[in-house]
Amino acid sequence: MKYAYFPGCSLATTGREYDMSTKEIAEVLGIELWEIPDWNCCGASSAHLTDYRLALALPARNMAIAEEAGLDVAIPCAACYARSKAVEAAVTSSEETREEIEEIIERKYSGKSKAKALLDIMANDVPESLITKQVVNPLKGIRAACYYGCLLVRPLNTGFDDPEDPRSMDKLIKVLGGETVDWAYKTECCGASHPTTKRGVGFQMLDRILANAKEAGANCLVTACPLCLNNLDMRQGQVEKAYQKKYGLPVYYFTELMGLAFGIEPAKLGLNKHFVDAMPLVQEVLKLKSGRESA
Amino acid sequence: MKRVGVFVCHCGTNIGAVVDCPQVAEKAMDFPGVVYSVDYKYMCSEPGQEMIKKAVQEHRLDRVVVASCSPRMHERTFQRCVEGAGLNSYFVEMANIREHCSWVHAGEPEKATEKAMDLVKMAVAKVVKNKPLQKATIPVTDRALVIGGGIAGIQAALDIANAGHVVDIVEKEPSIGGKMAQIDKTFPTLDCSACILTPKMVEAASHPNINLLTYSEVEKVEGFVGNFDVTIKKKARSVNMDVCTGCGLCMEKCPKKVDSEFELKMSKRRAIYTPFPQAIPNKPVIDRENCTYFNTGKCGICSKVCPAGAVDYTQEDEYLTRRYGAIVVAIGFELFDYSVIGEYGYGKYPDVITGLHFERLVNASGPTLGKIKRPSDHKEPKNVVFIKCVGSRDPAKGKSYCSKACCMYTAKHATLVREKIKDSNIYIFYMDVRTPGKGYDEFYNRTREQYGANYIRGRVSKIYQQGERLIVRGEDTLLGRPVEIEADLVVLATAMVAQPGAGQLAQKLGIGYDKDHFYTEAHPKLAPVETHTQGVYLAGACQGPKDIPESVAQASAAAAKVCGLLSKREMLTEPIVSEVNESICAGCGMCVAICPYKAIELKTISERIQGQTVERQVASVNGGLCQGCGACTVACRSAALNLKHFTDQQILAEVNALCL
Repeated sequence: MKYAYFPGCSLATTGREYDMSTKEIAEVLGIELWEIPDWNCCGASSAHLTDYRLALALPARNMAIAEEAGLDVAIPCAACYARSKAVEAAVTSSEETREEIEEIIERKYSGKSKAKALLDIMANDVPESLITKQVVNPLKGIRAACYYGCLLVRPLNTGFDDPEDPRSMDKLIKVLGGETVDWAYKTECCGASHPTTKRGVGFQMLDRILANAKEAGANCLVTACPLCLNNLDMRQGQVEKAYQKKYGLPVYYFTELMGLAFGIEPAKLGLNKHFVDAMPLVQEVLKLKSGRESA
Repeated sequence: MKRVGVFVCHCGTNIGAVVDCPQVAEKAMDFPGVVYSVDYKYMCSEPGQEMIKKAVQEHRLDRVVVASCSPRMHERTFQRCVEGAGLNSYFVEMANIREHCSWVHAGEPEKATEKAMDLVKMAVAKVVKNKPLQKATIPVTDRALVIGGGIAGIQAALDIANAGHVVDIVEKEPSIGGKMAQIDKTFPTLDCSACILTPKMVEAASHPNINLLTYSEVEKVEGFVGNFDVTIKKKARSVNMDVCTGCGLCMEKCPKKVDSEFELKMSKRRAIYTPFPQAIPNKPVIDRENCTYFNTGKCGICSKVCPAGAVDYTQEDEYLTRRYGAIVVAIGFELFDYSVIGEYGYGKYPDVITGLHFERLVNASGPTLGKIKRPSDHKEPKNVVFIKCVGSRDPAKGKSYCSKACCMYTAKHATLVREKIKDSNIYIFYMDVRTPGKGYDEFYNRTREQYGANYIRGRVSKIYQQGERLIVRGEDTLLGRPVEIEADLVVLATAMVAQPGAGQLAQKLGIGYDKDHFYTEAHPKLAPVETHTQGVYLAGACQGPKDIPESVAQASAAAAKVCGLLSKREMLTEPIVSEVNESICAGCGMCVAICPYKAIELKTISERIQGQTVERQVASVNGGLCQGCGACTVACRSAALNLKHFTDQQILAEVNALCL
């Protein structure tokens, strides 16, 4: 299996552990990730608020490079994925748009190379047996609230999972030996930039997600989006303070949990880089495992 | 040489304002065979028709062309007119210079006039080749079949029976009554559904002219108008109807409990059961799939306790074939399966129910004895949310049409909740409130003003469980604000959809249905209860979503049509049917396969060829079944089939007139 890899800006900065863990698990699973040379920002938010053509042209350039190499593109970040999928849909549905975009980026791009969410690849393309085979630390003790966010499985006709009740991540966590909870906020918005710019609005949105996950009996959140993780992890302490509550819910990338289950050293996965301490639950998984082994 | 008269109609300004009618009439005189030609303002009017009759006599015309509207509009009028003048009614031909010309070419009068002339020329060329045709007669069997024993079927059967004709009702369930039997109250008067339905059920059951065939299905339909041969499958009841007294002891003693279909799985019935206490016939059936005796060979309690010895485990499905003059189809509707809708939880929340569930919950004979209790914990709900248009007006996830009755029954539900639970709050999410109907809008307004139901215009985007309550999140599009309601019970007004077996039954009957599997009427305005198959009529929601008053009205209309047909001993048939030229028919059977009315069969004939008797197969058309569609004439490779009045020679004459 070989994919073009588009890490996007976040994975080079705030979401480094997503990048680290992705590369680690890909290696274990024998998936070759060819990082798109000289990739550029997908333009998320800023571009599509500015100009329709710019918003399509930016991801189109990355996709075009992958198409030249004849590869589908693995995209970890939900926003990068949404923008890349949008241009794929735009050029395949309109000849006129395709010509226009090709002229702007000065490359050919027919939409033949597909934008694929990394979660889609892990949950649907990689055979389940291949994953099961690599599991050395089953995720016993993990009761995850799988959080897909608002972008990943929408809109309806481009998505790889059910837009109202997505289940691909839940399936994956169960394959890894963990438990997942049934909860109502799987696809709610995390507030995106609001926790930074309009705290009154953004914190409330975060609070409801955290509260619902806790109520459903989860002991952690699992996500596939660097901005969601940023908000839920980095802002969790501030939300707790603002609402006089205590959540203490670590937030993981699904790739980190895959790496953990595969027996990769936590530091290599970036599990030590979280704001809400992600290590106690990791230790518990490892302890339960060694406990089982000695017994 | 034939003597043709051409009559060009202005249709007021409909044709006259675009087509130069006097010029068309003048030009017509040049066409071969035309000896008289005239234009007039309204050819279909009394003076117009008189003009034709007079011309036929004065100019010794033997063929007539009327250039006016579509033959669907006035062909019969002019056929009768020439008949009055002493000609065969098939000696008149219509040139459609309205729908096919003036209406569609309003912007180009000159070209339209030219086209009108061409159309007349074609009609003239055809009419001289027309042959006199005579209508034949076929006998009519004085017995009607009603398929479906809901309110529409019952009403149709009663009306037909009261007019003195024998009717059989075929109902697939063990009892007649249909959906109306499940409903609690009826809008806009709030009278009890059972109180107005059960007397009709009893009347149907005891009527000397009505036979009930419950727990039965239509297996096969053959024949044609006046003479349908229908095979009906009577499913094995496992109870001898002639012996059973309906005492109900077997149902009391049966140890096997099964989810009740009638109560929508909200309570249990036994494996030997009647669907509801007022069932008609009030004699049970054994549900063999769930019966312990049928599954394991042990038990047999019902047989032991039955004082009449009516239980009969050896009964088998029975098939009976009867001849009917007419058929009324009244198979009703089903409800849209809302579990495909993710935002309402894919059917996983027990307290999200359909309107029909609510009818049972509020009904005095329902599972809660009429106390509104929610399914999950049997608590009385305080905040009740209603969502309309679930699956209706939603081409993405459901159906594109409006289900028509939901606005009213939701208003009814709201009043019932407010009457039974005084401190309740009602929230109704709607797209539009549609209340055309006598007393309907007044009822809706009363629901808002007197009963204080909160109507919120907007769609619900999500329902989820939070503790004991359901959180309903949506938008109030009038205020432009998101709304969130903590609900104890959510009632969905799910779309009315066609019965799952509607398509198959239509194929057995040879009637049409639309993309949603609702049956197609012969004309949406002027033939709303007829189908394109003569002798088959529609009643109730199988033709499209309807409420009770409409279903009843349509049922009576269908009954009137049936009575009209059955009141005659014999009926005239249209002579425009296919005929076979046996000398060139190869007996390939292509026409048999293509005929949508099953009107063609192969038959064996014997011929003397070179002194020897040879047997071979040829096609044979049943004139009673043939509807004159012409599909066989196109399929026939040796041109052995010809449609009378539209023969190859007649159609080629038209083509030649236009092209040569």
